[in-house]
Amino acid sequence: MSAVEKMTPAEARLARVTLPEGMGPARRAALDRLVAMGLPGRRDEYWRWTNPTDLIAPEPVPAAPFVDDEPALFGDVERLKIVFRDGVFDAEASDDLALSGVEISRLSEARDVNWASGLYGTLETAGQTPVERPFAALNTASAEDGVLIRVTGKVETPVNLIYIHESESSDAILHHVIKLEEGAEITVLENGPAGARANLVMEVDVAKSARFHHIRVQGRDHERRMLTGIFARISEGALFKSFTLSSNGALTRNECVLDIVGDDANAHVAGAALGDAKTRPFHHDDTIFITHGAERGESRQVFKKVLKNGAQGVFQGKILVKPGAQKTDGYQISQALLLDEDSQFLAKPELEIYADDVQCSHGSTTGAIDETALFYLRSRGIPTEEATALLVLSFLADAIEEIEQERFRDEIVTRLEGWLARHRS
Amino acid sequence: MLEIKNLHVKLEEEDKQILKGVNLTLEDGKVHAIMGPNGSGKSTLSYVLSGRDGYEVTQGEAHLNGLNLLEAEPEERAAAGLFLAFQYPVEIPGVGNMTFLRTALNSQRKARGEPEISAGDFLKLVREKAKSLKIDAEMLKRPVNVGFSGGEKKRNEILQMAILEPKMCILDETDSGLDVDAMRLVSDGVNALRDGTRSFLVITHYQRLLDHIKPDVVHIMADGRIIETGGPELALEVEKNGYAALLDKHGIAQEMA
Ligand SMILES: Nc1ncnc2c1ncn2[C@@H]1O[C@H](COP(=O)(O)OP(=O)(O)O)[C@@H](O)[C@H]1O
Ligand SMILES: [Mg+2]
Repeated sequence: MSAVEKMTPAEARLARVTLPEGMGPARRAALDRLVAMGLPGRRDEYWRWTNPTDLIAPEPVPAAPFVDDEPALFGDVERLKIVFRDGVFDAEASDDLALSGVEISRLSEARDVNWASGLYGTLETAGQTPVERPFAALNTASAEDGVLIRVTGKVETPVNLIYIHESESSDAILHHVIKLEEGAEITVLENGPAGARANLVMEVDVAKSARFHHIRVQGRDHERRMLTGIFARISEGALFKSFTLSSNGALTRNECVLDIVGDDANAHVAGAALGDAKTRPFHHDDTIFITHGAERGESRQVFKKVLKNGAQGVFQGKILVKPGAQKTDGYQISQALLLDEDSQFLAKPELEIYADDVQCSHGSTTGAIDETALFYLRSRGIPTEEATALLVLSFLADAIEEIEQERFRDEIVTRLEGWLARHRS
Repeated sequence: MLEIKNLHVKLEEEDKQILKGVNLTLEDGKVHAIMGPNGSGKSTLSYVLSGRDGYEVTQGEAHLNGLNLLEAEPEERAAAGLFLAFQYPVEIPGVGNMTFLRTALNSQRKARGEPEISAGDFLKLVREKAKSLKIDAEMLKRPVNVGFSGGEKKRNEILQMAILEPKMCILDETDSGLDVDAMRLVSDGVNALRDGTRSFLVITHYQRLLDHIKPDVVHIMADGRIIETGGPELALEVEKNGYAALLDKHGIAQEMA
């Protein structure tokens, strides 16, 4: 047997990592980190409930692209489109990367002089402690494309990252760096499945008094496997707000590591996931880590999952309040609505508090449709399936409420209604 | 016409008989009241008629204008014109009252083979009905019954009734928890719907609601049966003497009440 044949899948994956040009030191450091920690196994504390095998495998599991007939997401919104096709920037389909108040460049064209070179991989590195996130290090080391966005003013027009999946075997690795200067504001929209397998990392540096809004819709593909990592640093008086809608997908793991480093900052992260494993598997995992390292910080985690026909949901959410982070207000809720007895939700809420004057709460519930409410609706003439759909929307409402801008909220609700209409009984 | 014959109902999960042979015929356009001590089975009767799970009919039947109620789904009963104003209206966070009302109305229309109401006509309809019940626009925008006071919830039930225009309305203790003013609003709302063909079954513990909504017939229910039937004077008698004498007369132990 040759040496190659004896390698484990993880070793084979690591052996294949190549470092693209640009961001050289950061990439080499990331590779060192990656080799030191290795890829995760089922015995790793935060991988017990989500099987990393398909994310580790040297080649992605083939995944058929899904073609939907819905109007383009955010299509009515004036936005700057940046399109990636199977993980590769598509200049043709993208708009000019020019927007007032913003500098946008491609990672693949950035050389080490770029403003981003001091930031690339930095927040990801910080996010490796105390919990290792090897796939994010893999991403930093090997991402060939992505965007570097520097926001200097209040930007009205959202930047829309659109991820198209066309090839059955694409392995998309994208790394974005977003830096909001003091007082800046931007909305970043992300949508699409990205590839047969995708590893997407976004580092976001939110400077003093800046405001970052993020709304993400992970496409309707059933077979794609996706791992995402958001690493954000939130400074004094700044706001970070992220919402994700996931419907379908064989495997999704959304990690979000938020670091509140300045006083009076806000960090809100929310998600709504809908899975129906009737014809294809659905496994969805939200793994969140919020660190309060400054005073009077407010954080919210609001996660809701609707699971049917054996779909699986995981939530691992932690609030860490460091010594001195007084008057912290941390809130966390994770809830699953199981539409049958085959579906499953596993939740691990964690609080670790080293300051005495803080207010933190967390809750997790798993439940079925409320029979009393269902009867109330039916007694008014609403048929069971439609009544159930209304109650699902009712269940998801708190998560949707986390979206600040009404136009996006409405669009998300429309997509939810579409999914519910397609997945009746 | 609502016809209930020898209705026997037990709890599905428990060996507990709740209705023990209820007979009642309610003609079109009439108002019947059912009074009775707590626990006598009044709410159970209203739930069984509207199709709530958890009960098992062991004997008897119930028909509304020829529809076998006991075999129909709750939504079919609603489309056939049955409406229950709940004793405890249910809160549904995240679903706007307007969405709820429109979905209900259109579902019923669809079931009856009628066209859906246009958004404009619907708005007009709701505004008009809401106004007479002193329900403000703010309350219509809020999620169904969430953050409503007791009185607001009951008014919201009557609003639904006014919009859905059922043929047969069952009101389960709609007066409970209402102050005098709220009671007047609700009764006026109900009386406005009395058109000579619509029927009402008014369940109440107290006589005072019947001062406002004047019944044609009054039934007294105890221990799962209708033990007395009479005119409005029967309600006054109960008001004066309480249920004790009646229960005694029928040999029903007080602790049952
Ligand atoms: N779902 C239920 N589970 C247990 N007991 C019930 C249930 N529904 C009704 N009952 C019992 O049946 C009897 C009648 O109740 P109910 O119909 O609510 O009476 P009323 O409305 O006249 O006060 C009571 O003894 C009550 O406790
Ligand atoms: Mg009752």
